[in-house]
Amino acid sequence: MDFVTLIQVLDSTVRMATPLLLACLAGLFSERAGIFDIGLEGKMLAAAFFSAAVAAITGNVWLGLLAGVGASLLLSGLHGLASITFRGNQLISGVAINFLAAGMTVLIAQDWFEQGGRTPSLTGPGRFPPITLPFAESLAGVPVLGPVYSELISGHPVLVYVAFLAVPASWWILFRTRFGLRLRAVGENPAAVDTAGVSVVALRYGAVAICGLLCGIAGAYLATALQAGFVKDMTAGRGFIALAALIFAKWRPWHAMWACLLFGFLQAVALRYQNIDVGGFTIPVQAMDALPYVLTVLILAGFVGRAIPPRAGGEPYVKER
Amino acid sequence: MDRMPQWADVVLIPLISLILAAILSALVILGIGEDPVAAVRMMVNGAVGSTYGWGYTLYYATNFMFTGLAVAVAFHARLFNIGGEGQAMLGGLGVALVCLHVPWPHWSVALVAAAISAAAFGAAWAAIPAWLQARRGSHIVITTIMFNYIAAAVLNYMLVTALRPRGSMDPATARFPEAVHLPTFQQIFSSAGQPLFRGAPANISFFVAVFACIAVWALIWRTRLGYEIRAYGHSETGARYAGISPFRITMIAMLISGGLAGMMAINNVMGEAERLVLNATEGAGFIGIAVALMGRSHPFGVFLAAILFGFLYQGGAELALWTNIPRELIVVIQALVILFTGALDNMVRMPLERLFQAIGRKRRDAGEGAPKPGPRSAQHEPEPEP
Repeated sequence: MDFVTLIQVLDSTVRMATPLLLACLAGLFSERAGIFDIGLEGKMLAAAFFSAAVAAITGNVWLGLLAGVGASLLLSGLHGLASITFRGNQLISGVAINFLAAGMTVLIAQDWFEQGGRTPSLTGPGRFPPITLPFAESLAGVPVLGPVYSELISGHPVLVYVAFLAVPASWWILFRTRFGLRLRAVGENPAAVDTAGVSVVALRYGAVAICGLLCGIAGAYLATALQAGFVKDMTAGRGFIALAALIFAKWRPWHAMWACLLFGFLQAVALRYQNIDVGGFTIPVQAMDALPYVLTVLILAGFVGRAIPPRAGGEPYVKER
Repeated sequence: MDRMPQWADVVLIPLISLILAAILSALVILGIGEDPVAAVRMMVNGAVGSTYGWGYTLYYATNFMFTGLAVAVAFHARLFNIGGEGQAMLGGLGVALVCLHVPWPHWSVALVAAAISAAAFGAAWAAIPAWLQARRGSHIVITTIMFNYIAAAVLNYMLVTALRPRGSMDPATARFPEAVHLPTFQQIFSSAGQPLFRGAPANISFFVAVFACIAVWALIWRTRLGYEIRAYGHSETGARYAGISPFRITMIAMLISGGLAGMMAINNVMGEAERLVLNATEGAGFIGIAVALMGRSHPFGVFLAAILFGFLYQGGAELALWTNIPRELIVVIQALVILFTGALDNMVRMPLERLFQAIGRKRRDAGEGAPKPGPRSAQHEPEPEP
C-alpha cells in the first residue's frame, strides 16, 4: 500500500467514521443518564429521510438538516415518553422505534416522491459541499504533511468537523459542567440525585433530547453529505455499530472517537478491497464486516478489558412515595 | 386485592393496545392518501378470503410461531433474546447441511433430522450469548444483536464459498433433492375434484409449530424446569435462595429459545424455498418479539398473535401488489404493536388499574351498607377465663 492509497483509505475512514461518531456520542449521553437506546439506528434513518426529503423539496440543505433533527427529536420524545414517563422497557421501545422508522420512511418516501421508497438525487445546494480549509491548496505540495492536511483534514463537509468538535464538547459537558455531573449521577444513582432535589425526569429527558439532536445530525450527514439522497434502509446497521463503539469505548467520549475511527477504518477497507491477502491467506470481506461485532462481544465479555455500563442503565426510576 | 382481575390483564390490555395500534395504522394509511376501509377489506380478502390466501397466512404464521415462542421462553426467564433472526439463519444452515449431504429415504425421516439439526444450530448460536451473560455478565440484548450481524456474515460467507454449487453466480445452495420435499397443504388437503391451497407454501411444519406451542405450554406450566424458569424470571434472588442455579436456567432457557428460533428453518428453508438463500429469514426473528409481546408470552397467545401477523403479512403483500401502499406498512404496524403492547404497556395499564380500583372501592363501599359482620362476631367471642 503506497502513501497515496493510504491517504485515500484514511480519508474514506474519516467519512465513514463521522455518522458512527455522532450516533455514538448520542448514545453516550443517553446511556450515561441511564436510558439504554438501541433505537439509534431508527432515529438516524428517520433523520436521513427527512433531511433528504426537505432538502430535495426546498433545495436548501440547512432546512433539510433542521427537518432531520426534528424527526429524530420526535422519536427521542417517544422513547422518553415510553421509558421515562411510562417506565416501560427501554429495549423494547428502542426496537419499536427502529421498526417505526424503517417502515415510515419508505411509506412516506413512496407517497411523496413515488420512486420506490427513495428521494430524488440531491444536487447543488441540496447537499453539504466540501469545505476547503485555509492554505490547503498552497500547502498541498509539502511532502507528507501537505497531502495529509489538504486531502485528509481539509475538504470534508461541515458536519464532519461538527462531529469531531462534538467530542471535546461532549467531554467538557459531561465532565466539567454541573449538568454533566448530574447527568452522570442520574445514570449511576438516580435516587441520590432525587434526594438532592434535582429532577430525575427532567435530566433524563434532557439527555434523551441531546441524543436525538446528535442522531439527527448523523442521519442528515448520511443522506445529504456522504450520499446524495435517501435510499431505503440506508443506515445499514450503523446505529448498532455505534452502539458497539460505545461499549468498546466504555462510555467515554475520547475513546468513542478512536473506536469509531477504528470501525470506520474497517468499513473503509471493506469498501475498497473485497478480499485481502495476508501472506497467502485470504481474509474474506465478510470477516471484515463482522469484525466490529466480534470485537464488541469480546469487549463485553471482558476478555479485552472490562466494560461496565452505567449502573442504573435500563431501569426506570420510581420515585419513593 | 386492589389489582385488576386476571381477564383484564390477559385479554383487555392486549386488546386495547391492539386497537390503539390499529387506529394509528389507519391514520397512517389515511395520511398517505389511501382508504383504510378498502385497505382492510383487501387485506381480509387476500389473506383469509380463499384457501390460497390461508395457505400463505398459515405459512407466515408458522414462522412467527417458532420465533414468537423463542422470544416468549426467554421472556419467562426475564431474558430478552433479540437474536432470533440470527438463530433462525443458522437453523437454515443446519437444515441445508442435513438435506444436501444425507440421502434421505423419506421426507418424514428427513424432517425429524432437519428439525433436530436446525434446533441444534439455533441453540448453539444462542448458547454463546447465554454463556457470556451467565458467566461473564455481558448484556444479552447487546450480544444477541451483535450475533445477528455475525450470523449474517457467516451465512454470507458459507453461501458464497462452500455451499454455492459450481458454476452458479447466485449466493444460494443447490436445490434440495426431491426426497426431502415436505408435503404442502395442497397435497395434504386437496381431493381429486377439489384442489385446495393451490400453490401456497403452507406445509406440514405448521403442525410441528402447533405441537411446539403445546410442548412449550407443558414445559413452562407443567414441569419442574418450567417452574424454575418462571421463578428465576420473577426474582433472581428468590430463585437463588430456593437453590435454583442462575447459570443453569440462563443456559437452558436460551438453548430452548435458540432451538425454537432455529427450527423455523424447517418451514421457510425446507418447506418453502427448498434451498438456502441469503436473507431467508426475512425479519421473522424480529416479528417474534412483537408476537411474544402481544401473546403475553403464553403459547396460546403466541399462537393467536402469530396467525394475526401471518394475516398482516399476507394481507400486506396483497396491498403492495394491488395498491400504492408499500409492504413497509406491515413494518409500521409491527412497530406500533411492539410499542403499545411492550414499551407503552403502562400507558394502557395505569388508567385501567385505576378504573378497576375505583370499581372495587365502590363495591366495598356498597358492601359496608349491609349488616356488618364485625361487631356481631365479637359478641360471640368466649369470655376470658378468670
